[in-house]
Amino acid sequence: MKPVKNILLAGVGGQGILLASEVLSEVMMMAGHDVKKNEIHGMSQRGGSVVSHVRYGEKVYSPIIPEGEADILFSFELLETSRYLPLLRENGQVVINNLKIAPPAVALGKQPYPEHLIEEIRKQFPATMVVNGLDLALEAGNVKTVNTVLLGALSNILEFEHSIWLKALNRMVPARLLEVNLKAFELGCNVK
Amino acid sequence: MKKALLSGNEALARGAYEAGVLVASAYPGTPSTEILENVIRYKEIDASWAPNEKVALEVGIGACFGGARALVTMKHVGVNVAADPLFTLSYTGVRGGLVLVVADDPELHSSQNEQDSRNYAKFAKVPMFEPADSQEALDFIKIAYAAGEQFDTPILLRSTTRISHSKSIVNLGERPAEIPQPTLERNPEKLVMLPGNARRRHVAVEERLLKMEDWSCRQSFNRIEKGAGKVGVITAGVSYQYVKEVLPDADVLKIGLVHPLPKRLIREFAAEYSTLYVVEELDPFIEEQVRAMGISVIGKEKLSICGELTPGRIQKGLFGRDMPTENSSPELPQRPPNMCPGCPHRGVFMELNRSKAFVTGDIGCYTLGFMPPLSAMDTCVCMGASIGNATGISKVLSEEERRKVVAVIGDSTFLHTGINGLMDMVYNKSTATVIILDNRITAMTGRQENPTSGYLLNKQETYRVDMEQLCRAVGAQHVKVIDPYNIALTRKTIREEMARPEVSVIITSRPCMLVPRDNLDKRLPLYVDHDQCTGCKACLRLGCPAISWDEEKKKSNIDRIICVGCKVCQQTCGFGAFQECEKP
Repeated sequence: MKPVKNILLAGVGGQGILLASEVLSEVMMMAGHDVKKNEIHGMSQRGGSVVSHVRYGEKVYSPIIPEGEADILFSFELLETSRYLPLLRENGQVVINNLKIAPPAVALGKQPYPEHLIEEIRKQFPATMVVNGLDLALEAGNVKTVNTVLLGALSNILEFEHSIWLKALNRMVPARLLEVNLKAFELGCNVK
Repeated sequence: MKKALLSGNEALARGAYEAGVLVASAYPGTPSTEILENVIRYKEIDASWAPNEKVALEVGIGACFGGARALVTMKHVGVNVAADPLFTLSYTGVRGGLVLVVADDPELHSSQNEQDSRNYAKFAKVPMFEPADSQEALDFIKIAYAAGEQFDTPILLRSTTRISHSKSIVNLGERPAEIPQPTLERNPEKLVMLPGNARRRHVAVEERLLKMEDWSCRQSFNRIEKGAGKVGVITAGVSYQYVKEVLPDADVLKIGLVHPLPKRLIREFAAEYSTLYVVEELDPFIEEQVRAMGISVIGKEKLSICGELTPGRIQKGLFGRDMPTENSSPELPQRPPNMCPGCPHRGVFMELNRSKAFVTGDIGCYTLGFMPPLSAMDTCVCMGASIGNATGISKVLSEEERRKVVAVIGDSTFLHTGINGLMDMVYNKSTATVIILDNRITAMTGRQENPTSGYLLNKQETYRVDMEQLCRAVGAQHVKVIDPYNIALTRKTIREEMARPEVSVIITSRPCMLVPRDNLDKRLPLYVDHDQCTGCKACLRLGCPAISWDEEKKKSNIDRIICVGCKVCQQTCGFGAFQECEKP
């Protein structure tokens, strides 16, 4: 049996992580895989740290990724990347949105936002892909398409055909936001 | 066959639909809430939010006594509220099938305790199914209706956070083409639980459990999966999935009906192995019963009773392997949840903090008033507890300290069970102050309608409870309704009412800023005029996610993308630094 592949999404509540993991798992199902995905709703939506587990392969059992077996850490915020980095495999891949969101202690001036996070992550994972999601979302025409930009960037390191991604976006994004999201997705695809 | 990627909660709703359920009732509670929210996709089912779990179950029981199949859903602590009807429903049995879905929250992702609902199955003598993924959620709920009618019993179906909120691929079925019209049928010997009737019913309950245990041993929802034949594992629910990851070669007895346990099957299975594990989350529910059968197993001495299991925690517990965990270094600031920008509760808690109130709290978004810098919650026990707690603590304090006691409760929680506390408080002449944070929605669980919102589950308009009149009707003499966006008024009212040696109720009336229909007046975001800002940090006491401190400039900033223009910060600033942007 082919091994299961694991993608761990991380970020902050309100960043559109749940929608991104919905699209991602839809793509996997359309590509003919068994899929499981899990995340925690409730408290963590209120600006807290959010993780979503997405797993695919011939047969997936656990809905959460066994610790240390994430193949890809797909992260929407720098500090959250560092928080969940230990859950990645040794030869895992990292896709990061180049964005800092101040947690409460930082916003209150009680603790500094850690510096040099990207350098630290690159030391351990040299192939880390850094995406300027907000710039590209603004270029696409809607600040709320950062998650779609990031999916575009992620699609470069996954094996699914471009057309399946487009089909999934067509299916899951509300009609009035489809055009701007498709543009955001293509801008993400251009990130190498 | 049609396939879909469904969460456990979506699959339970689908299963209820396919089972021909006609009535569904619930009170929202993470992780169970989305079941009912998905049930309304099926127009054939009459689905409604009840003001609490006890009423939800009683509505379900009524439908079941009328002959319809009924679904009732709640979170684990909701069963505490619904326990009274549940225990006697066990005696009456059912006419139409009744399934009570209870969603446990191991790890307390969004709960005040992590009680294991399987104990309720044993305690109330009600059979309980436990699915391990979305397909089983759909299949088991259908089996549950059939079995419940066959054995004349309500059925519990236990989910957990990782089942309810995980998506997996499901094969969809169909709903029966025709469901007979329910009709009245009198059967008082069975449905009127006077002692004489109930005594006879208790005997029937005990017989029923024995019959179901025997039946269960022959059903495919309890199954043995052969592995290498060396190690045996007994497991159920999501723990099964973790066992398949960690012990892929083990022989597994996967239990689908966790009460009553299929003891004959367990005995036959256990006889094959010298090493036998029981892998289950929370209490040693299966383990203790297996041990009582004289079978030795390895279980909770290796796997914690506290918290949820994960593949890594099972590895560590059973084999001592060190597993990676997330980076919890103090240099990485934590990111706890926070009230939203523009939340109408924020200013109230800032003022409670400044007034040095002793706050008996309650369950809802506003429990986050505990978090710094608001830090204005001193107790939180269960739904509705704030008011009774305030009454009790006031009884024992000096006159001076008594004035500090303020109960804080949301609109939905007040109607859930808080109203009884207020009746007691007024009737027994307490002196405490009650603040009802009325945002006209059940916000914490994702904005569900309730009797104060004026809307039904299906978004149709309906009658609305008049909170002020309700408080006056129970006898409260001092009831004030204020706008919590008005900070000066909020402060003045809180201080006046705290000083008053009688019960007073302050209703802070402002809709949740996440409910679009109530926020039609689109407001402009604010910015900080750095020429005016003196860097006094007064605004930071609000803990608003939109406001941050610029360490270099020693000034505050506003993130205009998330600022909703509530202007509460403007009122905390003594220097006029908070200005409205000219455009959104």
